[in-house]
Amino acid sequence: MNKCSILSPCGMLGYGFPEQSFRNGLAMNPDAIVVDAGSTDAGPHKLGAGVSIVSRMAVRKDLSLIIPEGLKRHIPVIIGSAGGAGSRIHVNWTLEIVEDILKEHRLDAKLAVIYTDVDKSIIKDAIANNRIFSMGSNIPDLTEETVDSTGSIVAQIGHEPVIEALKGGADIIVCGRTYDPSIFAAVGIYKGFDPGLSYHMGKILECGALCAEPGTTKDSVLGTLYEDSFTICTLNPVRHCNITSVAAHTFYEKENPCVFHGPGFILDLSECTFTMDDGESVRVKGSRYIPDEKYIIKLEGSRQVAYRTFVIGAVRDPILISRLEEIEEKVAKSVKEYIREIPEEDYRINFYNYGINGVMGDQELQEFRGHEVAVLFEALAKTQEMANAICANVRSTFLHCDFEGRKTTAGNLAFPFAPSDIPFGPVYEFSVYHLLQIPDGKSMFPVTYETYAKGKKTKKAGENE
Amino acid sequence: MKKLYDVAKVIRSKNAGPFSITLDILFSDRKEYEAVKKANIITRESIAKAYNINVADITELVYFDQAMGIKITYNRKVSSGTSGDRDVYGAQQHAPLLSIEFDESILE
Repeated sequence: MNKCSILSPCGMLGYGFPEQSFRNGLAMNPDAIVVDAGSTDAGPHKLGAGVSIVSRMAVRKDLSLIIPEGLKRHIPVIIGSAGGAGSRIHVNWTLEIVEDILKEHRLDAKLAVIYTDVDKSIIKDAIANNRIFSMGSNIPDLTEETVDSTGSIVAQIGHEPVIEALKGGADIIVCGRTYDPSIFAAVGIYKGFDPGLSYHMGKILECGALCAEPGTTKDSVLGTLYEDSFTICTLNPVRHCNITSVAAHTFYEKENPCVFHGPGFILDLSECTFTMDDGESVRVKGSRYIPDEKYIIKLEGSRQVAYRTFVIGAVRDPILISRLEEIEEKVAKSVKEYIREIPEEDYRINFYNYGINGVMGDQELQEFRGHEVAVLFEALAKTQEMANAICANVRSTFLHCDFEGRKTTAGNLAFPFAPSDIPFGPVYEFSVYHLLQIPDGKSMFPVTYETYAKGKKTKKAGENE
Repeated sequence: MKKLYDVAKVIRSKNAGPFSITLDILFSDRKEYEAVKKANIITRESIAKAYNINVADITELVYFDQAMGIKITYNRKVSSGTSGDRDVYGAQQHAPLLSIEFDESILE
């Protein structure tokens, strides 16, 4: 029977996985090893600052297992959303690690690279021509000014450029920001399998063994495509896939479990069925791929909005706790008065009262019960120096602030650390999270190749090598 | 009275992109799932009340029978990881669901 198996070593490159699970997967003769390396979960800082969420050591450790095995078996190794956020700097960081491994093991390989940064002029042109669309009512419209103040802007590419790299005979494919399931779907679609099943299987595989029980992103799973269905099985005897664990994973991190909007298509899962195959595998049928009339791709960009300095302190005094918010207002007002030469729009002071409503803010409806509260306060300002100065003033004002009924005249806060004030560095925000209409999925994202012989780079060719 | 905590197998929250939080309530028992679904305990109104948000901020509320699960997605007031955000991954916003109460007679 015609089939195509994909080994997903773990849910995030650099998270690690049991070597035996990976080897169990290899023993089932997979057609590709595919691993996702990215996420926006950790916030806008990774994209903005150009840093990774996992360490170089961790990525190297995972790839040192994956790359030599892939090459030995002549099956492609595909890395999606390289470096976490998938911008050029993140891709290059990953390439350095790949190159190191090829050198160390003296390996032969054809390496394909797909950058997914989008030039700002393209985005500005799209704004002018109404080819930028909103992702939600709580996201500001995209303006030229926002584009200019944003760092790298990346697109979540689909399967099309990855298929080009597979056609090009790549052994290793390093992609910039990619729609997580697309790196998996590309393998199935390239081999002629149904795109709906390929994408749905990719959606489940991209988190590693999170679709199993007990679930984890730090273990391997295997997905196998057939003509009319696909199956998912774990590779570690301590985990098992069942109908609810796999069906429930379809839910994960998505707005709607039945309809997914991907680059250039909609995935309709409303008619899906999940059945137990042989006691170990779950079989899925009925996932439908519907090409969009327009090719729409998601953009991500992050910009620096301030510098932060923060303090963690705690309050045990019951009178102070009963008036905490009132006292914080008084502190903020007093600081504002003291630094009146600084324009109000140039800084912000925030208080987070852990134990009262630290996690949920004004959405917290539960009444306070307790005898102590952790207070985290921050100053956000245009420079680190200014944030430090404002935060120091908030801290000293808070520490000595008078309030009605006060008996604790020596100090209002218990600091766990000295120094109490922590300069944090820049704070970012997702300034671009919009949809862009493009002509097709591949022309904007060309594939480049590098060839290695015994670990040495031999040539670099253009997309049409 | 019973609480959602007593019947649901999984109650969790997570970002669905940096501007939304999505809540999942998953069941392991078909009867209990169907009973909760039929009794209309989880509605846009009941979620808005439990989360102190406007109904208009709830963008999705879907029953997914295949997975015996209910999914609710709502707009974040502050996007993930910027100044003023309190939960970068959105992973601890599920707690108000745990104590949603219903009459246990619906399970009979």
